[in-house]
Amino acid sequence: MKKTPDRLGHFGPYGGRYISETLMPAVMALEDAYLKWKKAPEFRKEFEYYLSEYVGRPTPLYFAQRLTELSGGARIYLKREDLCHTGAHKINNTIGQILLAKRMGKTRIIAETGAGQHGVATATVAAMFGFECEIYMGEDDIKRQSPNVFRMKLLGAKVTPVTSGSRTLKDAMNEALRDWVTNVYSTFYIIGTVAGPHPYPMMVRDFQSRIGVEARAQIKKAVGRLPDLLVACVGGGSNAIGLFHPFLDDKKVKMTGVEAGGHGLSTGMHAASISGGTVGVLHGNKTYLLQDRFGQITDTHSISAGLDYPGVGPEHAYLHDTGRVEYATITDKEALHGFNALTLSEGIIPALESSHAVAYAMKAAKGLKKNSVIIVSLSGRGDKDLATVSKAFNYEL
Amino acid sequence: MKQSNQKETNRITRTFEGLRERGEKALITFITAGDPDLHTTRELIFAIERAGADIIELGIPFSDPMADGPTIQASSERAIRAGTHLTDVLALVKEVRKKSEIPIVLFGYYNPVFKFGLKRFARGVKAAGADGVLIVDLPAEEAGELKDELDREGVDLIFLLTPTSTEERIRLISGKASGFIYYISVTGVTGARKGLSGKVHGYVKRVKRFTDLPVGVGFGISSPAQAKEACRHADGVIVGSAIVNLIAKRGPDILKEVGAFVSGLKRGITHK
Repeated sequence: MKKTPDRLGHFGPYGGRYISETLMPAVMALEDAYLKWKKAPEFRKEFEYYLSEYVGRPTPLYFAQRLTELSGGARIYLKREDLCHTGAHKINNTIGQILLAKRMGKTRIIAETGAGQHGVATATVAAMFGFECEIYMGEDDIKRQSPNVFRMKLLGAKVTPVTSGSRTLKDAMNEALRDWVTNVYSTFYIIGTVAGPHPYPMMVRDFQSRIGVEARAQIKKAVGRLPDLLVACVGGGSNAIGLFHPFLDDKKVKMTGVEAGGHGLSTGMHAASISGGTVGVLHGNKTYLLQDRFGQITDTHSISAGLDYPGVGPEHAYLHDTGRVEYATITDKEALHGFNALTLSEGIIPALESSHAVAYAMKAAKGLKKNSVIIVSLSGRGDKDLATVSKAFNYEL
Repeated sequence: MKQSNQKETNRITRTFEGLRERGEKALITFITAGDPDLHTTRELIFAIERAGADIIELGIPFSDPMADGPTIQASSERAIRAGTHLTDVLALVKEVRKKSEIPIVLFGYYNPVFKFGLKRFARGVKAAGADGVLIVDLPAEEAGELKDELDREGVDLIFLLTPTSTEERIRLISGKASGFIYYISVTGVTGARKGLSGKVHGYVKRVKRFTDLPVGVGFGISSPAQAKEACRHADGVIVGSAIVNLIAKRGPDILKEVGAFVSGLKRGITHK
């Protein structure tokens, strides 16, 4: 495959840099720093050290035998990103970015968060490296992910509620960008997904690619060959790109990104930017967006706060158009079914984001032969979602 | 070393030339189209012109105004809630042109323009009678397509320079800009501020080493004294949030209040 992105951060027609002029020198300096350090043995050594000794990598690739039996078809393997320190894949990226922040002489870290997983992962590395840290989070998300809000505060971060717009992830990102433009000299903005202006989509992908690199070696060892299908949930799409990217040249390996179908695509209440959106420009990149015919960004809905975003990383937009990756949707209801199935059959409580991937994989497995192999990215654990799930199932907590 | 971008003169260029001949500075005022409604915006433009403004910046409402502070965010939200879209903004300019020759710059974010279609937008802007376009989240690197379309119609694409701009970027942007350079006085979002950074003068002088285009200073300017100070080395000053704040208050006579405020600003920058 053609190497992407190009020098200015384009994945085909997508990506690029659509930001205020004030931030241009900042993202250019970040790109220079990243390109310089990613090759430096000293940086790589430090990144490796924290991934293994602090995050706990490599994460296991676990054969989910009972889930496989329950689905009745292909063998399902789980890439256990939920076992990373802090409970999700997000920390792979925040480790990489804070090591850059340190080398760039920045003193303050900011981040946006939806489900709070990226916020926690950022607050964690900020605590470990002694940075001042401020996390922007939509007011609605603060309500539905309160355990993560408390974790961030315990970790010493300031959590700033965002009350503008739809009060979710996109508005948190707007507010983080406003902070960055104001404090551009001192502050490093750790974006949590493969979106934003170049170099973020490329850099976050590279940091997250560890997921796929490990899974590739692990599955070869386990079954002696490459898998038939990779499945991952897609909000911005960082865990999906992380799993998919090292397999892109393996033509026989199919890949499906699972978007949040919310109440169903036809209801308009979903967060499936590729399956139900059109091309536009938001938060620094050109990609598929949920927007009205006038180019105003529309409200999204998903039971999972981490997928509740009206855009998607530009590389996903490109992989969709080239046909290399398929994109499907799973509704709230189906995701809850996946959540239950994995919890009961394997004793693993998945995040609602990851439950979308589980639910899709179970459906896909049924249609495949018994000797087929599926790898599912289990991007995070579900402790943070207990309030939402208890409400959906009418449990008393 | 300096770059001058040759093109036929339009209202923006003529206005700056006229001011320069008279030894005056330009007062550029921002309001959001459709806040509180399109009819009021039209009347506001006339009132602002009568009060002495030289150029009107007209905001195209966007749902996610990342470069704006609370004042203009709220203004944009009000305009969208009132149902204002790009087509309405163009129709408004056309209405204004029946009675006024004041230069008009459309100011907004890229997505509504991209969605509208770049060629259709450029033609629409020209047909409506607007003179320039400024897209906050469209840096020079990504602006090529829109610039080609606007050039074809003789409409200026106005670029931003900021305190973070390196000499390399000043050179790059001066080479592409037309109309005037919008110099952002602070690192930050739009919004009224108490003081003006003392560093502005040095920055403006630095920009002027690279371009013959007029330089307007904006962001954070809300009083006649600040406006006067901002213009010391620049060719004009841009005031937005302070006016939008007056509109947001919805006093009994918005036109009169805004008019009085704008004439105060104009007196501030022309007072010897």
